[in-house]
Amino acid sequence: MKRTIIPIGPYHPLQEEAGFFQLQVEGEKVLDIDVDLGYNHRGIEKICEARTFDQIPFVVERICGICSTSHPLAYVQAVEEIARVQVPERALYIRTIIAELERLHSHLLWLGLAGHFIGYNTVFMWAWRYREPVLDIMEEMTGNRQNYAMMKIGGVRRDILEQDLPKIRKMAEDLRPVLDMFVGAVMDDPVIHARTKGVGVLTPEDARRYGAVGPTARASGLAIDVRKDDPYAAYDRLDWKVITGESGDVFAKAAVRLLEIAESIKIVLQCLDQMKPGEIDTKVKEIPPGEGIGRVEAPRGETFHYVRSDGSNRPVRHKVRAPSYVNVPTFKATCIGQTVSDATIILAAVDPCYSCTERMAVVDAGAGKRPVEQYDLVAVSQREGQKMLRSLAGKVAQTTLEKKLAEGYRRIGWKAC
Amino acid sequence: MSLKLKALCKSPWIFHVNTGACNNCDIELVDALTPRFDVERFGILLVGSIRHADALVVTGGVTRQAAPRLKRLYEQAPKPRLVIACGSCACSKGIFHDGYHMAGPVDQIVPVDIYIPGCPPKPEAIIDGVVKLLKKVA
Repeated sequence: MKRTIIPIGPYHPLQEEAGFFQLQVEGEKVLDIDVDLGYNHRGIEKICEARTFDQIPFVVERICGICSTSHPLAYVQAVEEIARVQVPERALYIRTIIAELERLHSHLLWLGLAGHFIGYNTVFMWAWRYREPVLDIMEEMTGNRQNYAMMKIGGVRRDILEQDLPKIRKMAEDLRPVLDMFVGAVMDDPVIHARTKGVGVLTPEDARRYGAVGPTARASGLAIDVRKDDPYAAYDRLDWKVITGESGDVFAKAAVRLLEIAESIKIVLQCLDQMKPGEIDTKVKEIPPGEGIGRVEAPRGETFHYVRSDGSNRPVRHKVRAPSYVNVPTFKATCIGQTVSDATIILAAVDPCYSCTERMAVVDAGAGKRPVEQYDLVAVSQREGQKMLRSLAGKVAQTTLEKKLAEGYRRIGWKAC
Repeated sequence: MSLKLKALCKSPWIFHVNTGACNNCDIELVDALTPRFDVERFGILLVGSIRHADALVVTGGVTRQAAPRLKRLYEQAPKPRLVIACGSCACSKGIFHDGYHMAGPVDQIVPVDIYIPGCPPKPEAIIDGVVKLLKKVA
């Protein structure tokens, strides 16, 4: 049968962000997938190197609007490691609360979008409606619905007022029955079962091979969670579970996220109980030369920041690795062999976040070095795809075919800058 | 006012383009369609194809890779077309003003009819912006 290429995107109604997928199909079956990103690359690492240490949290917050606490938190942890700052107890609890509320709204957001992808707009509307109270609480505590600007080297920028505590508690308590409703609706729905069970399976071996993180890995049974493995903020003082799935399919990914919402509610409530009045900020005089790393479990997985300081007021190097960077390549393992109609939900199940991921420069090694200033990277990628296809038109054995595709993939592919 | 423009003002269909935003403007835009704000009541609909759209909502400062795509999308939109720059980055490149991969704010790539500032603008602000735009063209 003839091989056809279906381009998805870059501006596609199903995605909020630009990402260009090329599905190679034979009839209904997906034979291969290629991803072309770069539409959201804003050069944040370079911008950060031109900012002072105190300004950077605002820049990294805008790496991704949905994980707008995880990135600054990872960054301030990296800098605190360099400066050896002891963060006050209350600030740690406030960080935990903000991070968990972010997870709540992010998972609800994902649930809604996933419902939308499989044609269940009711789930979409519900989930986003119940996401609003979380955003309201955030606005009340931090002053903004998104981009909270709470993280600061040495502590947090604002205290949680005593009068806000009952409101947060009420919001969290109110979310519990809603969650039960969702669990009931999603877990028992035959249509959702049919669309997601056994679809896009990521085996534990593949998850390990691709280095998947976050709910994507946990749905495959790998119990990796930075909050448990390398506790930061106040997570080591709290009682909660790492949720893992077994099957690694889309259904397991949804289930893991849903159950994580319950854990997040538990964490927030415990923080509210344990939090004692006190300082929220340590004075940091200067950042000595050195290097530090910060790891945070963002809603999508581990966010990693590396900062190197030479003793001046701005970092020499700031490196960001977002969870989607390792989760997006798992498409290779999950999409191939599935039908075109399932491809979308499989792609969405990873909850890819391109604005987080786009840290890299695209280099076309075949035609010499092509720096990012090149406007027509898409054309390059398309030409590359066609070239590969032409070269594979003969009767190439499956193994060579795989190898050639991998080679072409590497040639168009990504190199960290 | 042409008949087409009059019809457009009754029920503007919007197409959303993310040219390098951080997601926040996008989720606030989608938020405006969900039950709390529900702009569909007023005939505002998010459509999947630029050829069905009356207005182009652009979020994010335009990156070099997205700029030619944005231009092409603008050319494909049926006339009369309106362009809404949503968020600080779309209006002025915002915090990324000195980034090496920024081709410019939206108005340097395609003509813009209305600017909605904010990082991110609240759904109320987005709705307000659209209402002001419709008043302006009507």
